[in-house]
Amino acid sequence: MREMIIIIISAILVENFVLTKFLGICPFLGVSNNMSSAIGMSGAVIFVMTIASGVTWLVNEYLLVRFRLEYLQTIAFILVIAALVQFVEIVLRKISPPLYKSLGIYLPLITTNCAVLGVSLLNIEREYTFAKSLVFGCGAGIGFSLALLLFSSIREKLETCDIPKALRGLPITLIAAGLVSMAFFGFQGLFAK
Amino acid sequence: MLGTCPTLAVTTSALYGIGMGLSATAVLLGSNIAISLLRKLIPDKVRIPAFITIIAGFVTIVHLLLQAYLPELNKAMGIFIPLIVVNCIILARAEMFASKNNMFLSILDAIGMGIGFTLALFVMGSIREILGNGTWFGIDISGEAFEPATIMILPPGGFLVFGFVIAIFNKITSRKKKTSEAEAGCASCGMCNANEQR
Repeated sequence: MREMIIIIISAILVENFVLTKFLGICPFLGVSNNMSSAIGMSGAVIFVMTIASGVTWLVNEYLLVRFRLEYLQTIAFILVIAALVQFVEIVLRKISPPLYKSLGIYLPLITTNCAVLGVSLLNIEREYTFAKSLVFGCGAGIGFSLALLLFSSIREKLETCDIPKALRGLPITLIAAGLVSMAFFGFQGLFAK
Repeated sequence: MLGTCPTLAVTTSALYGIGMGLSATAVLLGSNIAISLLRKLIPDKVRIPAFITIIAGFVTIVHLLLQAYLPELNKAMGIFIPLIVVNCIILARAEMFASKNNMFLSILDAIGMGIGFTLALFVMGSIREILGNGTWFGIDISGEAFEPATIMILPPGGFLVFGFVIAIFNKITSRKKKTSEAEAGCASCGMCNANEQR
């Protein structure tokens, strides 16, 4: 249990996917310009990352390792994720229309979110068990959401600031991200022995 | 403004920047050739999954080659080699160029895009290596002139350097011609449109 808590907290703060691992930067820069789309995207990412961690773990363990096909990992995972996202979309539309309405348009974008493929690959690389993979996937999703939500509010503030012309838009966002990332560096020693 | 993740993650030194750039170029070349040859065979409705599978195939080839011949580089890049699959540049070129043009043009497009991407990674890598480590391709060049700031090769430095590089680039291009502001983030990668059409 203690180990699970360490995994989830370190996935959220210490190894925050966006700010210290550079995964999922594209959607991070793309949708962090307003709060409501950031919330929608966050929900969708946490959901998909948790499920994807579990499913890719099972595929790896019972198909790839068993038949000695580990070299097909990349292809298998990206296809599993793409199929999974479609599947989640269809199921959501059927069983929970309101949830589909709020997350729906963000789901297709997630296939190309490198954080999802990244979390699946990291689970295998670190030899996590099934339960740990699920926890790590969920934690990484929450970490991504945390960064996204922090940033959507920072960017709303930035809109009203007087910024030199060359720095407007993407550059100032990146510089702000650098500063927040520096702050997150402070969590680095959280679990040092 | 495409393929941001590897741009930030692997450019801790000039050498890694070039390594990543060339790996991506190899994948882009392969996928552009394959897709331009198959463009009449792939049904329009399933083209995105088909493209992703083709790209993933070439990524696997490059990954295995790196593991065999350049294990150190492969280790340094870590999961960012398999993550070339989801690099927007490659899918965007497949969607916007290779699926509409013949093989010869697609090869030229891949080489041009690849060189541009490699150059960008090389510049980023050089700046970060010189400022953060005081070396360039592993050769000490700072000497006594300045104290290297390690922060530059750590994640925050990546964001800062990238931000300033884009700002300088904006400044230069805006002086040359008064163009509209460059589109930011993933809006320009073509991926979103591709997904919406599906």
